[in-house]
Order: sequence, then structure tokens, then C-alpha cells
Amino acid sequence: MKKVITGNQAVAYGVILSRVEVISAYPITPQTTIVEELSELIANGRLNTRFLKVESEHSAMAALIGASTGGVRVFTATSSHGLAYMHEMLHWASGARLPIVMVNVNRAIGPGWNIWNDQSDSVSQRDTGWVQLYCENNQEVLDTILQAYRIAESVRLPVMVVLDAFVLSHTSEPVQVPSIEEVDQFLPAFYPEYILDTKEPTAFSMITTPEHFFEFRYKIQKAMEQVPEISKKVDMEFKSLFGRGYGAIEKYGSEKAEVFLMTSGTVTSTSRMVIQKLLDQGLSVGGIKVKRFRPFPVEEICEALGEAKKVAVIDRNLSAGVGGIFAQELKASLYSRGRRPGVFGFISGLGGRDITPELIEEAVLYTWEHPQPEEEILWLGLKK
Amino acid sequence: MKKMEIPLSENLGCGHLACAGCGAAISMRLALKALGEKTVLVIPASCWSIIPGSWPYSSFRVNVIHAGFVTGGATASGVRAALDIRGDHESVVAVWAGDGGTFDIGIQALSGAAERNEDFIYICNDNEGYMNTGTQRSSATPYLAWTTTTPVRQPKENPKKDIMAIMADHQIPYAATATIAYPEDFLRKMEKAKGIRGTRFIHLLSPCPPGWRIASELVVKLSRLAVRTRVFPLYEVENGRTYTLQEEPHVTPVKEYLKLQGRFSHLTEKDIEETQRRVDDTWERLLRRARC
Repeated sequence: MKKVITGNQAVAYGVILSRVEVISAYPITPQTTIVEELSELIANGRLNTRFLKVESEHSAMAALIGASTGGVRVFTATSSHGLAYMHEMLHWASGARLPIVMVNVNRAIGPGWNIWNDQSDSVSQRDTGWVQLYCENNQEVLDTILQAYRIAESVRLPVMVVLDAFVLSHTSEPVQVPSIEEVDQFLPAFYPEYILDTKEPTAFSMITTPEHFFEFRYKIQKAMEQVPEISKKVDMEFKSLFGRGYGAIEKYGSEKAEVFLMTSGTVTSTSRMVIQKLLDQGLSVGGIKVKRFRPFPVEEICEALGEAKKVAVIDRNLSAGVGGIFAQELKASLYSRGRRPGVFGFISGLGGRDITPELIEEAVLYTWEHPQPEEEILWLGLKK
Repeated sequence: MKKMEIPLSENLGCGHLACAGCGAAISMRLALKALGEKTVLVIPASCWSIIPGSWPYSSFRVNVIHAGFVTGGATASGVRAALDIRGDHESVVAVWAGDGGTFDIGIQALSGAAERNEDFIYICNDNEGYMNTGTQRSSATPYLAWTTTTPVRQPKENPKKDIMAIMADHQIPYAATATIAYPEDFLRKMEKAKGIRGTRFIHLLSPCPPGWRIASELVVKLSRLAVRTRVFPLYEVENGRTYTLQEEPHVTPVKEYLKLQGRFSHLTEKDIEETQRRVDDTWERLLRRARC
């Protein structure tokens, strides 16, 4: 059924269709309409789900750790300060190998208080052992949640589904909402390998000495390394059932472009238009949308770049002292390759400032015209 | 003399890493007798994170989830929700946290869970300080006690936080104090808690030989003296309203309790008098609450 819904409503539909059994969440703008929608749906008897309305995000994640250890499918959503507050428990979730799925609605972290779109919240959780998937539109949001459970439950790692504040969370778009019967075919009930059962006493998350701890972390890395193959398989299966697929990245524009533009989230939608305009003007340009940020799709991106000379990266986040995180990840990926296109790292749209078609065009043309960047960090749309 | 009636069943295996005479070890053994086999223990960071041993060995014969320091109330809420969804309403979820994990860093998650009246038993093993990290003061540390962060020249100035009043005022169905010197009373309270649904809180006083600077054989004696001196009265509160006091007929001066503990060895006569005055005052406060 096609519905006109916001990104946050798409999240709620994704959660219902995934037959989530325990939800635990704390409200924060711009995530709030997710928890409101879920509360309504549960109150209407649409879900056989327990919703723990906890007193903080830290407790939201801790409660899911308890519930997921108890062997049920779980969900939470947060943003910004809420995600930062969860940080300790994010490590715990991956360390305990729990297939938790969380939505993070990208929002800047204060001060000053800012509720608008900015990826600094999610990218600063990149080392917590979570898979991270970024979405471009509301359809992708719903679809990614369904896929996230399959990935999480296959590799026993938590997955964060990320969408832009307001641009998606509070903006309505037509979304194809599958029936629960269709989703059941794609996402079967969750039967974990290790389950809490008082008939068979087990100790979880025990103290682990230097003799063993190292190997547990090695196994997390090995599980991460399975993600590209598993998510590809999941995506192909999803495509055969629903006719939509996303890949770890998506390439558009000229197949063998000289200059590529790399983006994530909704900036990609605007970029598609800009790239098309420049193609029409005869420039050899193309776009790469990065959907999967963790594990970073090194192979896919390097293959997509082909013989390209330069890549412009637009980061809606800032790691002060370094620059944009997607640009850093790209540079690290390219280092061991024979062919290394020049990386132009642009920072734009912090704290929700619009990244307009003009700014994107400016970034691509700058990259086209300069043999190398004049600065390590190129500021796009900065008031001087 | 009446024969003690303690169940023979054991849900704690042989061998653990507690210090000699540890009050928490005896308490856990007794608590598990009452809780029974169908128990899921949630243990936020505390002495009992260490005591059962390290992976892959554990002295527990029941399920245990070790949890983040702050998270006792929250993790247990999630475990309970999962068991309920799976149709297991029989198994008991019990948190075992220290005073740090209860009075201090974990109070938010505990208060949240108690307000939601989550269905679990929360046992606070109160050894009156951060003993697992080498005896630092917590908000459960008593007035004038020495710890490594309240040296004798600047001992703790503030009274111990009244966690029972805080928990009772959440209007949870059951809150009780207990100690191993009165094992039948402790077991009775555990059994009673087990028979109730909703958030149940047990405040256990748990003398700590290294942290209190006491001989290991004094743990039970000090547990008893804590009750007799009214430093740690035994009582129950139902629904935040109905108080039942287990009054100790042999009331003893606080000095008898203090003088056996190295952590109070710097106290002057004046300090002891002031401590006595405060204990009497707190007792009166409890009686006033109980009479209301």
C-alpha cells in the first residue's frame, strides 16, 4: 500500500512490520514523533510489544541489552545528545554481540542548543562496533529497518539506521508500505543462538581477563568483515521480493567520471540534480552515495572510482582538528591502493544549514578546476 | 534455643573470589536459597562482578547477566520484558547491586524502574563505600567514617543517604532492610518479596572486612550490633505507607559498634556522642514515618 508519510512514520511502520517485541526509548527532538507514533500503534493493539518508557537514553539502551539477551527482537530510536548519552551502552551492545536495531535521527550536538540536521552525533559513535546505514529518502528508511534486522541477527552485531533531521524525519513523501505477510517472508521470527533460559543457567558478559578479552574483540572484527557479503545477500533478496535495492553504495552520473562527488543522506538527492546539470554541460562527473558507513565500503568505493582523478566529499559533520569523517574514511581506504585520486574534503551544512544545489555545484566545480585542494578542509557555505 | 530453619538447597557453587569473611558472599548464598533456581540475576558493576570468577567459569547455578554500572534498574526492566513476552512469568528477575550502583550512579535507572513499578526484586548490597575499587566514599558511607577519599583529617561530613525513605516514597509494593546476623528474618523478607509483583527493594547491610578495617570474624557480630545500636534498624515498608519494625530488645550504645571498626578509630569521645545523637535522631525520624 502506498502512503504519504514522514521519515519518522516510516520508521514506526518498519518497526511494526519487523514484529519488534520490546521497545525502550526516551524522547528527544527530532526523534519524538517516532516514539509518539509507536505509542499510538501499541495503544491501538497493532503490536504485541512491550514499550518501556524509560527515564533516559542510557537506560533505553541498557533495557534493550537486557531484553535482547532475553532473546527477543528489540528497537529504540534517539538523536544527538541522546545518542551521546548512550555511548557506554553502545559499546556494551556490540561487546555482548546483541542484534539491537536503533534509529538515529541526525541532529547537531550542543552547545549552543541546535535541533537541526548534522551527522556529528552518529559519526562520533563510529568506533562502538555498530553497523551504520544512512538513508536518502523515507522509502529507504522503512526498507533499511527491515534489512537491518536481517543483518544484525545474521552477524550478531547491533545496527544503527540513520536519517536526516526534518529533511526526512518530518517531511512527507510517498512510501510503498509492504504488507506484514510480505515482510514475514523476508524477515522470519528471531531465534537467537544463545538465549537466557532459567532451565539452562548461563552467565552473560562475565569479567574477562587479558587471556581471553583480545579474542572476543577479534571476533567482533571478524563479524564486521562478514557484513558486506551478508548485507549484499540481504539486499538482493529484498530486491527480489520488493523490487527495491540499495547496495552499500550507489553510483550515478557518468560511469567513468573524471571527478566524483561523494555524499551520504539527503544531500545525495540534491547532488543527483547537480550532477545531471553538469553532465548536460559536458563535464565528466559522477556521484557516489555512501549508504553503509560501518563497515566502510572500501572495496565498493574503490571499484566505483575506477580511473577517476579527483573526488569531492561533502561531510555534514566535523571532527575538529581533522575535518570531515567521510573524507577521512575515504583517504584511509585509498592509501593502500595503487591509484589514489585526489580527495577534496568539504564541510557543509553543520547545525542544519541548508546544503543548496549552488553549494554542491560550487564544490564539484572547485574540484574540477583545482589540481589539488588549497586547504585540507574546504568550507562550503561558511559566512566569512 | 530455637533451631534455625534455612533451606539446604544451594544455588551458589563452591569456590569464589570474595575476601575472607565477606558479608556479601554470605548474603548472596542466603538470597539465592530464597530466590530459587528459576532466577535471573542482574549484576551491575560491584563486588559481585568479581566474586563469581572470570570467563568461562562462574560460581552461580542460576542465570546471571553482568551489566553496566548505572544500569541495574534498566537492564532488569528489559530482562523482565523479554521473559514476559516469551511467556515466562514464573522466573524471578533480581538485581544485585552495591551501594555505589544504588545510592549514587545507579539511582536514576533504579528510580525510573521503581516509578514504572517494574516487576523485579532489587537487592542493594550496602557495604557503605566503593569497596571493589579500594574503599572510596559513597553516599552510603556513614558520618565521620574513614575511607581513602575521606582521610581521617577530613572524614565524611555528611550523613548516609536514606535510601529506604527514597525507595519507600516511590510507593513500591515492598521495601525492607535485612542483614545476615538475622538470617531467618532476611529469608522471610526475601520470600515475602518473591510473593509480590512489582518493584521490591531489599536493603542489605553488608560489613566489609578490608573496607571497614575489621577482623573477618566480626562480620556477623557487627551486622547484629548495627541493628542493636539502631544504626541499621530492621523494618519493612509496604506501598510506601505501612511500616513494620522488627524492634531489637537489646538496645546497645553506638560506641559498641564503632569501637570494633578501624574506619572509626580516629573518633573522639565528642565525635562518638555526636554520632549517638544522630543515630537517635534518625531512629526518631523512622518512628515518625512509621506512625504516620
